[in-house]
Amino acid sequence: MSHFTLSAVNFSWLPILPLGAIALGAMAIMLIGPGVDDEDSAGLGVIALITLLVAFVFALFTLGENTLAFGGSLVTDDYAGFFEIVIVIAAALTVAMSLDYVADEGMAGAEYYSLILFAAFGMMLMAAAGDLIIIFIGLETMSLAVYALAGFMRRDPRSNEAALKYFVLGAFSTGFLLYGIALVYGATGTISLAAIRAALSARMAANPLLLLGLGMMLIGFGFKVAAVPFHMWTPDAYEGAPTPVTAFMAVGVKLAAFAGFMRVFMVNLGPVSAQWTMVLWVVAALSMTVGNLAALVQQSLKRMLAYSAIAHAGYLLLGMAASPQPLAGGAMLYYLIGYSFTNLGAFAVVIAVERKGSGGANLRDFQGLARARPGLAVAMALFMLSLMGVPPLAGFVGKFYLFSAALSAGLVWLVIIAALNSAISVYYYARVIVAMYAQEESAAPARIVARPGLILSVIAGVAGTILVGLYPQPWIGAASSAYASALGRPNAKVAANYR
Amino acid sequence: MTPISYYMALSAILFAIGVVGVLVRRNVIVMFLAIELMLNAVNLAFVALGRRIGSMDGQVIVFFVMTVAAAEAAVGLAIIIAMFRNRETVDADELNLLRW
Repeated sequence: MSHFTLSAVNFSWLPILPLGAIALGAMAIMLIGPGVDDEDSAGLGVIALITLLVAFVFALFTLGENTLAFGGSLVTDDYAGFFEIVIVIAAALTVAMSLDYVADEGMAGAEYYSLILFAAFGMMLMAAAGDLIIIFIGLETMSLAVYALAGFMRRDPRSNEAALKYFVLGAFSTGFLLYGIALVYGATGTISLAAIRAALSARMAANPLLLLGLGMMLIGFGFKVAAVPFHMWTPDAYEGAPTPVTAFMAVGVKLAAFAGFMRVFMVNLGPVSAQWTMVLWVVAALSMTVGNLAALVQQSLKRMLAYSAIAHAGYLLLGMAASPQPLAGGAMLYYLIGYSFTNLGAFAVVIAVERKGSGGANLRDFQGLARARPGLAVAMALFMLSLMGVPPLAGFVGKFYLFSAALSAGLVWLVIIAALNSAISVYYYARVIVAMYAQEESAAPARIVARPGLILSVIAGVAGTILVGLYPQPWIGAASSAYASALGRPNAKVAANYR
Repeated sequence: MTPISYYMALSAILFAIGVVGVLVRRNVIVMFLAIELMLNAVNLAFVALGRRIGSMDGQVIVFFVMTVAAAEAAVGLAIIIAMFRNRETVDADELNLLRW
């Protein structure tokens, strides 16, 4: 990584253009908002989509840039670019599936869409962070917006409760993360991630201040990625939040949390990986097992997908536990692409099926869907199969890369646990498919009407799930060269290992 | 001059009081106060460590943390008020609508 001096002459705006576009768009929506009736709020959603499209184009331009901005606190490498692109897509699909939902449920459009954009801003900031304080600011910008979004149905007590639980536990975990940052700062004398990495390679890894700091930061990130034993908020917050917000929490927040977690631990605390991979071994095993076992008995689809999200965080942490192995990072990024498309699609189907004002769909609402809405049923079946890990879909290929990276790191037992867990998960994902295809309709499904935004999200989910799985080469290539650029090896040497 | 270990010990004690407060108290507003105490314990640690290391970073971070804490208070209290309007309670044990 080359040194970059902040001066007026060579100051480049390119690194912050994607972030700036999102922030400006969010503020524009807030300014226009008061003049727009709640029934016409879809127009504001379209402005949000245009903003995200602009940010997407800017993010494409930053690829291959590899510079530092603002004295090294903002990093523009392919890793940041990769996450910015995936986060923008996730936010855009969330907005698309919200267009009619927001109007139907009588939510205030201006605040809703600008909060989505502000959350996306925080997520992208986390992915591009070059020092610990930017990680913290990005995390908080994202979290504060998502707390408010979770409680967006102000008159629904379940939404209040979801927001409050998410807020209290989220703020609690932020305290731990911040204390961890303080201790790491005390141990290494710097908050710059690159400088921390340099200091660690030279120094002994047995510094108690450093180890305590690592542990505290691990707790903070563990909460945000919803890993067991820091997962208590997840099912409640996912179930009570408005369904498009749940989708955004399951995908966007997880992407950003892993972007920060991987950048801090795998990339820059890599020199002391022996100190934290054992802890992650245990956390990964617990997350997979608890998530999958608890999902078995759920009736509410949102709650089931919440436990499924915990289990998938476990699979991803398996990659982190295999951290010294260079293939692990690329495999995790690839897994995150597939996970994002599949989950966004699945939540879009849940929105299509749920009754107005019910706050979520139950397994019963899916009975007989294959006859009432064959297209929707096929899509949902596809998403469930991908989450199960059935070839050739994205979920299978992702697990294949993750497990083989873990095996080459020597984590045989953890891979066995993960494989057993995948087998358990077949049961509850298959229950949805059985309900759709083998059971009779119990009552007339309610909201199942053709809505352009919802249909677009489902189609995007299907396309992503199939394409990422069927043609993994370009995706895994992009993922592994993105991770390699974070490591400071942008010559795609790591990517070559996959071919 | 007071040795830095005193500041770090005080910061650790304040942080621990905050953590215990969140875990033990059931009034949501008191839990929220305890979280603020945790953040301020961290601020003390940042200032003390910044002074010992001799870098400005530790001092500057405190301003960011205070700003974020203020924003967090705004969002948090808004959520608590929204809940109180619907349920007329701020007791964490009565938050039991979402459970299986």
